[in-house]
This record gives sequence, C-alpha cells and structure tokens, in this order.
Amino acid sequence: MSDFTSSFWPIFITVISVGGVIGCALLLWLTSKIKATSPNGDNTNGHVWDENLREMNNPLPRWWVWMFIITIAFSLFYFAAYPAIGTYAGKLGWTQVNQYEQEMEAANKTIAPLYAKFAAMPIDQLAANPEAKAIGERIFMNNCAQCHGSDAHGSRGFPNLTDKDWIHGGSPEKIAETLTNGRVGMMPPMAAAVGSEDDVKNVANYVLSLSNSSHDATRAAAGKEKFAVCAACHGADGTGNQAIGAPNLADNIWLHGAGEEAIIKRINEGKVNQMPAQGAKFSPEQIHVLTAYVWGLSNNEVK
Amino acid sequence: MSSKKNPNAKSDVANAGSEATVINLYAAAEKIYPRSTFGFFTKWRWVMIWLTQLFFYGVPWIEWGQRQALLFDLEARRFYIFNLVLYPQDLIYLTGILIISALSLFLFTAIAGRLWCGYTCPQTVYTEIFLWIEAKIEGDRAARIRLDDAPLSARKILKKGGKHFAWIAFALWTGFTFVGYFTPIRELGDAIVNMGLGPWQTFWILFYGFATYGNAGFMREQVCKYMCPYARFQSAMFDDDTLIVTYDEKRGEPRGKASLKTDMDKSKQGACIDCSLCVQVCPTGIDIRKGLQYECIGCGACADICDTVMDKMGYDRGLVKYSTQHAINLGWNHTQMLRHILRPRVLIYATILSVLVVTLLTSLMLRTSFRVDVVRDRGVMARIAEGGMLENVYRLQIMNATETTQRYQLGASGVANLKIESDVADHDKTVTVNPAESRWIPVRLQIPDGSIKSGSHPVKFEVRATESNEIVSEKSVFLVPR
Ligand code: SF4
Ligand code: SF4
Repeated sequence: MSDFTSSFWPIFITVISVGGVIGCALLLWLTSKIKATSPNGDNTNGHVWDENLREMNNPLPRWWVWMFIITIAFSLFYFAAYPAIGTYAGKLGWTQVNQYEQEMEAANKTIAPLYAKFAAMPIDQLAANPEAKAIGERIFMNNCAQCHGSDAHGSRGFPNLTDKDWIHGGSPEKIAETLTNGRVGMMPPMAAAVGSEDDVKNVANYVLSLSNSSHDATRAAAGKEKFAVCAACHGADGTGNQAIGAPNLADNIWLHGAGEEAIIKRINEGKVNQMPAQGAKFSPEQIHVLTAYVWGLSNNEVK
Repeated sequence: MSSKKNPNAKSDVANAGSEATVINLYAAAEKIYPRSTFGFFTKWRWVMIWLTQLFFYGVPWIEWGQRQALLFDLEARRFYIFNLVLYPQDLIYLTGILIISALSLFLFTAIAGRLWCGYTCPQTVYTEIFLWIEAKIEGDRAARIRLDDAPLSARKILKKGGKHFAWIAFALWTGFTFVGYFTPIRELGDAIVNMGLGPWQTFWILFYGFATYGNAGFMREQVCKYMCPYARFQSAMFDDDTLIVTYDEKRGEPRGKASLKTDMDKSKQGACIDCSLCVQVCPTGIDIRKGLQYECIGCGACADICDTVMDKMGYDRGLVKYSTQHAINLGWNHTQMLRHILRPRVLIYATILSVLVVTLLTSLMLRTSFRVDVVRDRGVMARIAEGGMLENVYRLQIMNATETTQRYQLGASGVANLKIESDVADHDKTVTVNPAESRWIPVRLQIPDGSIKSGSHPVKFEVRATESNEIVSEKSVFLVPR
C-alpha cells in the first residue's frame, strides 16, 4: 500500500483504528467497577440528582462483557491479518485486486462449460443460437456500443456493422481478427499527390460519381485521371481493397461523411481511424461468441 | 438480576453520609425457571404460537403454479409473493411494508402495551416452545431446579441430553425452514437427503439453527432485557391509558399469608396471599407487584396464575390483570377504561397507518406488469440514415415482471413525423421478452432531416404490452445537431 499521497494518512488511520480498540478496552475496564456512596440495599448506586432522582444499579450481564472482549480480540486479529493499519499489508496479503482476480477466475470457471460448447460451434450456427446471441448482445452492449451505437449502426467515423459493407472484410475470420487485434485505418493526406485545389475538387466529384451520388459531371470527368493515385489503394473502379482496409467508394456509404466538402477534406487531411484491440480483454471463446453476434448482424436473412 | 433483593420502592430518598463502597457493574446472569401456567391469556398465547408457527413452517411448502408461492430469490433478485413478482426496483414496497409494520407496532403499543412481545415476537414464541420441550422432558419449575442442583448422574445426563437433542433438532428444522424462504424448500430438502447442500445453504441453516437454539434455549429473557431496541423505546409510546399488566396495589396490600382455613381479616390484610406464584411464572423473572417495569413483556402469565389463586381462595379475580394506570388509580370500570382507548395519539397512529396501507395497496394494484428504462446512446449524437432521416439511438430496457413470455409494442411521440425503428423488433414493432427477464432493445428514432430546429426536443417512448394492453411511457430527448 504505497498509494498514500502523504505519510499523514497512514498515521491517521493507524491512530484511529488502534486507538479506537484501545479506547474501548480501557472504557470496558474502567467502568467495570464504580466507587459509590454506600448503596443502602435498595439497588441504587448512590448517585442522586434533582433532589430525589436516584440511579439504579442494574449491572450489565457478564456474557455481554465477554462479547466486547471477543470483539476486541477479533479486531486485533484483523489488524494482523488484513491491511487495516496504515501501510501495513497484513499477514494474509489480501488486496482488492487479487480478490477481484479470484472472483473473476471463479466466475470464468463456472461459465467455462458454456463457452466450451460455443467454441465448438461454427459461426453461422452460433449466430442463430439464442443463448449465444443474448450473451454476444450483452458483451456488445457493454463494450462495443459506445462507438458503434447500441443498434450497431455506427455513426460518423464508426462503421455500421449491420450492412454488408466491410472495410477489412466481413468473414468470421476477419471479424475475429479485427476484434482481437484491432484495426488502424490509415488514409494519408493526398492533396500534394493529387495536385492543385482544383484537381482535388475534380477528384472529389469523380469519387462522388462512382456511387452515382450527385456530382458535377465535367469536374468528375476531369478528375478521373488524377484518381490514379487513389486507385493504388481504392482500386481502379474505387471498390476498395479489404486487404489493406481501403473502403469501397462506389457504394453510397460514407464513413466520414457524405458530400463533396467531406471528401475534399479527407483528400487534403487524410485520416487515421482506430478500432482498439479487444484481445487482452476477452478470452478467445468470448471473442468467438462476439464474432458470431457481429457476423449475425448483417447475415440475418435466415431469421 | 439484582432487583431480586428487597423490593423497596419507598425507601429513604438519599443515602448521603453512608460509606463509599465499590460495586461491580457486570454481573453473572441468574437463571430463571418459569413455572408453567394455564388460563385465559396462556391459551391465547398458545393460539398465537400455533398461528405464527403454522405460518412460518407451512408457507414455504405452498406451491403456486410452477414455483414456490413465497420465495425470496436473492441470487436472481426476484421476490415471489403468490402471484406478485417483485424486483429490486420495487424496494419501495418493502420500505412501505416496514414502515407499516413499525407504525402498527406503535399503534398496538399505545393501545395495549407489549402485546407483540408477549404473544407473537419470535423471541418469546420460540422461548415458549423451548420451555415447553424443557418442561416435557425435565418437568416443571421445581423439578428443573432440583435437577440443576443435583449431582451428575445417568438420569441427569439422559434428561439434559434428551432436552438438548430435542432443542437442536427443532432449531435445525427452523433453520432449514428459514433458508427455505430463500431457496426452493423442496430442492433444499432433496439436497439435504442427497448430501448435496451448498456451502452457503449449510452455513445459513446452521447459523439460523444455532441462533434459535441459543436465543430460545439460553438467552431467553436476556434478549428482551438487554438486546431488544423495542423494549428500550416503547416507554415513549406508553401513557396512562395504555393497557399494561398491573397488580392492584389497593386491593392486594398489605399482603400476607392466608390459608383456606383461617378467615382473612379484611381490615388488616389485602387480597395478595404472597404465594409468589406470579414471580415464579414470570418468564423475565420479575415481581409484578413492584409496579410496571421495563422487563415486563406483558405476557399475562402472572395474571393467569393469580386468577387461579384467587379462585382457590374464593376471592374475586383480577388482583393482577390487564388494566391501565388511570383505571387502577382512579378506580375506573371496564367501560370507562375502554372509552379512553380512542385518544389523540391512537387516532393519529391509526390515521397515518390507514393512509399508508391504502396507498400501498393501491400502488400495488396499479403496478404495471413490466417496466421500461430508456438510455440515450451517448457516443452517437445524431446521425443521418438512409433516406435523409436524422436519427438518435436509444436503448430501451424492458423488464417483464410477469411469468410468461410477453410481447411489447414500441412507440414514440413528441416530435412531428417521429418514426421508431428497431432491428430486433418485427414488422408490428413488437419485441418479445422472456418470462421474468429484462432485455435491452436498441431502437432508433427518426425524423426527416431539417424538419425541426436544432437542439434538444422532449420525446416520449410508449411501450404497450400487447396482451394486457398496459402502457408504460418513459421520457427522453431527441437531439438535433446544428
Ligand atoms: S400470584 Fe397473586 S396472590 Fe400470589 S403473590 Fe402474586 S399477586 Fe399475590
Ligand atoms: S410480570 Fe407478568 S406479564 Fe410481565 S412478563 Fe412477568 S409474567 Fe409476563
């Protein structure tokens, strides 16, 4: 326990905990007997207030005193065994972290048979299995929905997972790979390679024409030639290349926004987009279930 | 117990000038051997013992459809009470029930003192049952005192052993029943037979059994005297019109020995023959003739036994009886006493209590069979969907509180041309939720882009249970970005 910011706090805690126990013991001992002016046999202890109010002596039963003593003994044991006094870690070496890890391990053990069953199932079967679907949905909701949305439809910068448009590939293997290792989407700034501002505008209109979006036909025709530098990644017909994660430009799906302006911006500035790796967070079996869920989002015709 | 000595309430006021002595403030508890009684109140006590225990031991065995009628499933966080299924969200009902219980206790205490203590409190009830077992095996008070004083012998070991065996068996059954409120009792029984009891179940059965054994076998009146908080604050609820067990001092004093043969000189002697039976039967070991004491649990045992003494002596009953301070001091008769039951304190308690009961019952009755929670997706502000629709994403948590699979139809209103979409809903915009489960449903609200100004617009989700037609609405907001 080295995470105290100043040495005052461990001392403060020690004083309160040890002092409290010592105080209780002292109180118990000091109050066990009192000296009183002779009780005259009427069970009063001799204290008189307000003229005639007298204090009865109804002794505490001894067993109750024993309970206090047991409590004190327990506290001392607790101080020795657990991190209760300042920076002292305790004989048992208990920490919140290792308790958490133990509980996680125990929980994982109980669900292991379920996951073992899932691990043996092919993705398409798993995607149709209601039990696996519910688990996958829960994992997705808790871990993926922050970016991709609860309905997995994504938003600007975060791909929609329910359509058939895959940047890195929508096969179960590819999805599992994306989940495990994450992805980095890299579009370099291309302004210099494309040419003048006018050229960029022409290329943007050509890109728009690929998906039959509204565009300026003359500019598009002029941009076609300059598109060659883009074709290296996105392909001559602009349908993209999943091997390097170059999106398909010929469908009407725009990850970073539709329209001429958004495209010009991408050509000029490029974009680095990142899907974080989940491999460290989940076991391969969990990834398998999650893969089936994600795969099922766009392969759900057989309902 | 130190007040056993001389009951001298009217002794000299102060003791100034006497010698200083040291007194010990901790004392060994003295064992009390209550003598068994019979009579009107004792009969009622046994009626209450039977009623409460039939309830306690019987109810877990009642089945209701596919499950136990009364089951507090802590692990699944569901409370089944006959056809009612409560969730953690329904904690307010528990609070209500607890407040109602507390207020009822206030009300009964104001009217009739420690009615609860003497007749229905588990501590008293189990002590009474354990005492009954004890008396069956060891005999009544005198025999028990003799047995305790006797040297160790085979007979003593047999009797004591038999008693503890019976006590422990009964206590374990109690522990088993108690755990049966939290895990299905029939499965629990099977688990015991097959030695397949879980560690926590074992722990709680043993723990509760041990508590019963210790509290009813050994702690007994000490729980009432030293541990029970109710015993400590009830004096605040007493007044001079509260029914208490009292000794009619005017009639009884001066007490003195009398026998059936010698006639009593009524001018010299009161009705109390100082037989001390009222002290012997008292489960808390006090002498009711010393006046109202905090130890008295109002059980009426002393009243019963004294009545039999009075009968034998040929005197009127009621030297020790349920009465009020006022009635005793002012010599009221029954009707006068009863007329004072309805006093402001009682009326106030009763009014608050009935308001609470009615509120609780109504809200239980109006409670819908499902709940809805709405959480707006925070990561996704708003987005343009196909067809130029502007959409917001939400999660609807629908909790099905019934025990059958239910279908719920989703709806939303609040903004013009609002549409609700969900990938998991079918064409009727209905979703299915399994019995007693909750499910997250991702939904999208859509409006034509540009149809309303930017900013936050209140919307309302309306979820309708298709079977019962109940509707639950939940508020949220629809955000339109600039
Ligand atoms: S039982 Fe009745 S008669 Fe006997 S001592 Fe008690 S009050 Fe007196
Ligand atoms: S004094 Fe009487 S009513 Fe009170 S506890 Fe003792 S026996 Fe019961």
